[in-house]
Amino acid sequence: MSYDRLTHPLVREDGVLREATWDEALDRAAEGFRRAVERHGPDTFAMLSCARSTNEMNYIGQKFTRVVMGTNNVDSCNRTCHAPSVAGLSAVFGSGGGTSSYQEVEDTDVIVMWGSAARNAHPIFFHHVLKGIHKGARMFAVDPRRTGTAQWADRWLGLNVGTDIPLAHAVAREIIHAGLHNKAFIERATAGFEEFAASVEPWTLTAAEQVTGVPAEAIKELAHAYARADRAQLCWTLGITEHHNATDNVRALINLSLLTGHVGRYGSGLSPLRGQNNVQGGGDMGAIPNRLPGFQDILDPTVRRRFESAWNIGIQPKYGLNLTQMLEAMAEGEVTTCYLIGENPVQSEADSLACVKRLSMLDHLVVQDIFLTKTAQMADVVLPASAAWCESDGTFTNSERRVQRVRKALDPPGEARDDIWIMCELARRLGHDWHYDGAEEVWNELRALSPAHAGMTYQRLADLQGIQWPCPSEDSVEPPYLHGRLWESDPVKRGTPAPFAVLRHSPPVDLLDEEYPLRLTTGRRLDSYNTGVQSSGFASPLRRGETIELCPEDASRLGLAAGEEVRITSRRGSVVAPVFIDPALRPGLVFMTMHFPDEVDTNALTIEATCPIAGTAEFKAAAVRVEKLVAVG
Amino acid sequence: MIPLQPPRRLIDVEIDGEAVRVPEGATLLDACATAGKDIPTLCHGDTLTPKNACRVCVVEVEGARTLAPACSRKAEAGMKVATGTERARHSRKVVLELLASSTDLSTTPRAKEWMAEYGADPARFGEDAATVEQPPKVDNDLYVRDYGKCILCYKCVDACGEQWQNSFAISVAGRGFDATISTEWDAALTDSACVYCGNCVEVCPTGALSFKTEFDMRAEGTWDEDRQSETTTICSYCGVGCNLTLHVQDNKIVKVTSPHDNPVTHGNLCVKGRFGYGYV
Repeated sequence: MSYDRLTHPLVREDGVLREATWDEALDRAAEGFRRAVERHGPDTFAMLSCARSTNEMNYIGQKFTRVVMGTNNVDSCNRTCHAPSVAGLSAVFGSGGGTSSYQEVEDTDVIVMWGSAARNAHPIFFHHVLKGIHKGARMFAVDPRRTGTAQWADRWLGLNVGTDIPLAHAVAREIIHAGLHNKAFIERATAGFEEFAASVEPWTLTAAEQVTGVPAEAIKELAHAYARADRAQLCWTLGITEHHNATDNVRALINLSLLTGHVGRYGSGLSPLRGQNNVQGGGDMGAIPNRLPGFQDILDPTVRRRFESAWNIGIQPKYGLNLTQMLEAMAEGEVTTCYLIGENPVQSEADSLACVKRLSMLDHLVVQDIFLTKTAQMADVVLPASAAWCESDGTFTNSERRVQRVRKALDPPGEARDDIWIMCELARRLGHDWHYDGAEEVWNELRALSPAHAGMTYQRLADLQGIQWPCPSEDSVEPPYLHGRLWESDPVKRGTPAPFAVLRHSPPVDLLDEEYPLRLTTGRRLDSYNTGVQSSGFASPLRRGETIELCPEDASRLGLAAGEEVRITSRRGSVVAPVFIDPALRPGLVFMTMHFPDEVDTNALTIEATCPIAGTAEFKAAAVRVEKLVAVG
Repeated sequence: MIPLQPPRRLIDVEIDGEAVRVPEGATLLDACATAGKDIPTLCHGDTLTPKNACRVCVVEVEGARTLAPACSRKAEAGMKVATGTERARHSRKVVLELLASSTDLSTTPRAKEWMAEYGADPARFGEDAATVEQPPKVDNDLYVRDYGKCILCYKCVDACGEQWQNSFAISVAGRGFDATISTEWDAALTDSACVYCGNCVEVCPTGALSFKTEFDMRAEGTWDEDRQSETTTICSYCGVGCNLTLHVQDNKIVKVTSPHDNPVTHGNLCVKGRFGYGYV
């Protein structure tokens, strides 16, 4: 199905949403926020900011939360995908961005695509990978499925779902035992090597083969190729991050780069590929519970003081709730009002039924979106927004940290308004007289507060076709890769050593047993996107709706034919979908997307086991069984 | 620590008697552009390796036996190039006549202007001149293949193949005048390896490949480039950050392209960026 754009504000009356004027809707929205804060304090408020909208909107969103509402409870769907990458990278290097740029993938010798179906999910990034391959780079694909990416690989390492740490540890052990680790780099720029080396010692190639299902010889080849390469790029996507121990997975990959010195040099680095147009920027702008704009730590008093004097308020010296904690706090009655901008958690969160229940416990839910999504249908007030990428001005930040200009090409439909206008109107109703004369004024306020963005004027962004952060000065451009400091010979310039992490293997939470014998993993297809709200609007000849994809062996064992409708059941829910037979899967592994939740709610099956550090749910590993709808005989 | 490319020497060449200096490796077309000469091109693509298919860009290099295609001939130190000699102009005229007599150039930008400039008269081959006229292939809702307008420049094949998309959904089939751009076994696009990125449409110089929106609007007579604005913004799907140029007519997106000099896309997009705008 496709959605119609929202063209009028809506308010709930006698249980149903009806059209309202902007004044009425804004008054109602503001009044609900005021009531909650007056009764139970600022921390009863939570904002989900929009990773699809501009940096400027996210800056204003987090400022609204911190200044107008007085809490740090602001987060975004970052949580459902790449928060672990940010957590892992910033724990090691002090900065949460990918360390390399796209061009470097073309100029490298070995490319490792780990848990990344980039050929289909990030097709234009994969163009850069293909350039690299045509120029002679070797590519390794590590993925349970033989994806479009794997079809271009020199070697495909088809591991069992959730065994990334054993595989990475075995690669590390092999590198160490072969004497291929970069001893000079380890000594000068890292910490904790001895403990790390001891911790991977049990993961012999044979032990890893048993757990991961990857032949020992293939693990060895990856280890030697990565370690011997002059330059190597390690790229990952949600196959690494949508697990209950996702931050550990990320750290396991970072360990490999520290072991070999494949970070901080041109052509050598770590690239998490971000899943939404501005999920990088949302975090950079401080629309996360623990960071102020410019990814500056909220617990740092010097940082806080700078913002407090600029904004003329006090900032709570503690982290706010992340998305996962917000949902839990809703269930506990601790968060009673929520301002939800451009997010559809009812359909995007794992264990969707639980999410609906929690949102329905709120006293006051305000949803600002371009569609009347399933989530918006639950709201007390619905505010129609403009589509950021073509109906407003501003900037997005991409996966290589490149800040690029977004420009208004269309007028929004009906009475839909720009996000920033809406939030300023709400702020005014709550006693803060905010006026911004366009997105550039917001951006310049941010530039004054964030050293990483200080040098990025709109004019320079246009002239240089985007600038990668950090960009502290208007007179220069920094190298396209991060952490060059690790290679400095002067220990002062080298700074804090990057720590190895000692990690333990923790298999997926949703165990396989006789009742639920199949491993379900989820992902994207080329022509569709997330909950399908956007991508259902065009007639893709490739689209074939939701299916349960099985390998030919499992299909024949279960007596299933292509196209036949079957029931898929997990410990949490059950859905019906037609069978699609895909030889790229291995026995025991089945695959679904989340693109068609109105037809098949895949997230009724997934498990809400979350990463304790980053809060990301284990979308990639549920235990299911597949049954014929009509019993034979 | 970014390794520098080996330094490129600057070399001197002479274009129509005027001295110009270009970096080593530049083509004669680059040198002509530096000298402010407007050389017609059809098969040349700024994001593609030259295929030398159309020969409409030929120039005369002093001392050379044959005319040289400016788009692919590298400039060499001391070269003397003439762009407007009788021989070069005549050659361009015949190329345009042969193409225009057999192919529908009505949507080829600047074709009319060049025909007038070089005095090309396609009608001189008579009513019976062979043509590639054929009905447009409309087999999906995203783009149309109107091979009656195809001059076989191969740019779509290169964009679909190893130079960019690596999908290899199309190739050249047949020989000589019967050569065509074809999917495997000439199947409908929907039964081919096509992934609907539209990167072939992006490079097509004649409008043989066009987006369905443009094709339909032209058929209705509502396509009007004078009323269209072009705004470059960023795609709203994944986090790669592709630059999109939105062509807007009457507050509606009618076409999406990407800047060819953009460091993220080099003019390429995927199916979502190219076509997934229907929701706004």
